[in-house]
Amino acid sequence: MGAFWTMVRRDLALALRTGGGGALGVAFFVIAAVLVPFGVGPKPDLLGVIAPGMLWIAALLACMLTLDRLFQADVEDGSMDLLALSPLPLEVTVLAKCLAHWLTTGLPLLIAAPLMAITLNMPGEAYVAMIASLALGTPSLSMIGAIGAALTSGMRRGGVLTAVLVLPLYVPTLVLGALAGNAAASGLDASPYLMLLGAITLACLPLCPLVAAAALRLALR
Amino acid sequence: MRKTPLADIQCRMWSFANPNKFMRVSGYVLPVTATIATILFVVGVYQGLYVLPPERLQGDSARIILVHVPAAALSIMVYAMMCVSSLFALIWRHPVADLSAKAAAPVGAAFTLLALVTGAIWGYPTWGTWWVWDARLTSELILFFFYIGYIALWDAFDDESKAAPAAAIFCLVGSVFAVLAKYSVLLWETLHQPPSLTIGGEENVHNAFHIPLLMMMAAFFLYFLSVWLVRVRTEIRARRVRAIRLAAARE
Repeated sequence: MGAFWTMVRRDLALALRTGGGGALGVAFFVIAAVLVPFGVGPKPDLLGVIAPGMLWIAALLACMLTLDRLFQADVEDGSMDLLALSPLPLEVTVLAKCLAHWLTTGLPLLIAAPLMAITLNMPGEAYVAMIASLALGTPSLSMIGAIGAALTSGMRRGGVLTAVLVLPLYVPTLVLGALAGNAAASGLDASPYLMLLGAITLACLPLCPLVAAAALRLALR
Repeated sequence: MRKTPLADIQCRMWSFANPNKFMRVSGYVLPVTATIATILFVVGVYQGLYVLPPERLQGDSARIILVHVPAAALSIMVYAMMCVSSLFALIWRHPVADLSAKAAAPVGAAFTLLALVTGAIWGYPTWGTWWVWDARLTSELILFFFYIGYIALWDAFDDESKAAPAAAIFCLVGSVFAVLAKYSVLLWETLHQPPSLTIGGEENVHNAFHIPLLMMMAAFFLYFLSVWLVRVRTEIRARRVRAIRLAAARE
């Protein structure tokens, strides 16, 4: 357990001290959400209807664009070889990296999301469900993204390919997250969608690190 | 020692791991499947266009079922077959299994696209719209993206020995969505109707359409088998050429 938290602390320190850490992900999220009124026009009614879905899309893209930080640097400078040789199973290392990634991208989004929801005129009833859906759903984005990041970690220009591989896998999370927000906005019960989101994240917890570690071992071979 | 059934299957699969044996056997199988596929296709299309009466409500547009249903069925079947190949490639390092999945992917992607396009063409006169975000259509579209991702992953690596297991892992991850595409019409009751053909189940297709549909199904399947064999054989030959070139370069 000690090694796990050391891994998390190391990745957090690296993220915070180089390249702005979590700030860039949030900055992207904010800008993407601000682009929506420019795209569809500043009609408050329309914006209120599409706000939950747009916030989820922006959150998803922010998580995806920061995936290259997960393994790429460690594979390039050789740290990953040492981590793979260490007594800590590679699966656990991957999980620690996912946690650090979520703490630097997913968690700041939870704080930025209500502010952006105000600018998008989201109905007041939807706030709790929206934050809850992001809290339950974004960890699965980090873990599913780890699979795509691991598959492309050995490549020079993996960025676009990571997006092509990962975005279809994000669809169930996106659908359920937006449904939770929309249900609450129209006065319905959002809890079934929140439970399903939680189920996705729980299912990802054991499965994604296994797959991502298998893919990483290939990149290191 | 008596062999268990599983060991027996493994043994047989391994005999095809020898590319020479695969080439020999596939050389005999290919002309047979190609010929039967052509005959079934010609008869099926003739039946569909000239023998079948127009459907009572949909008129002539219902004839597209003969292309749409087989293409959709194969789009999922091909992905399932790629998953089995990928499992063999990952677990037992079966050398032809890699090539088998790689060779099947573009054909499967083409079937998926065909199912989507024929579905849209059929949907316009009957549903009144080219596209709806219904569970079946959406899951089929996502399946198409998985095919694209799989092909892109193969192309992204310079080294084939690295690309093969990476693509295999991705294929297995995507299998979740292939299952979703298959059962989406049963899980969610949206616009698309339940399966047209089920083994031992109730028939949803009229008798007049049933026989040509089965014929086209068989034709599509055998067509896939033929194209797949040609592609695997080409891959094996390409590998040989590469090995010979490398050997020549070393001298």
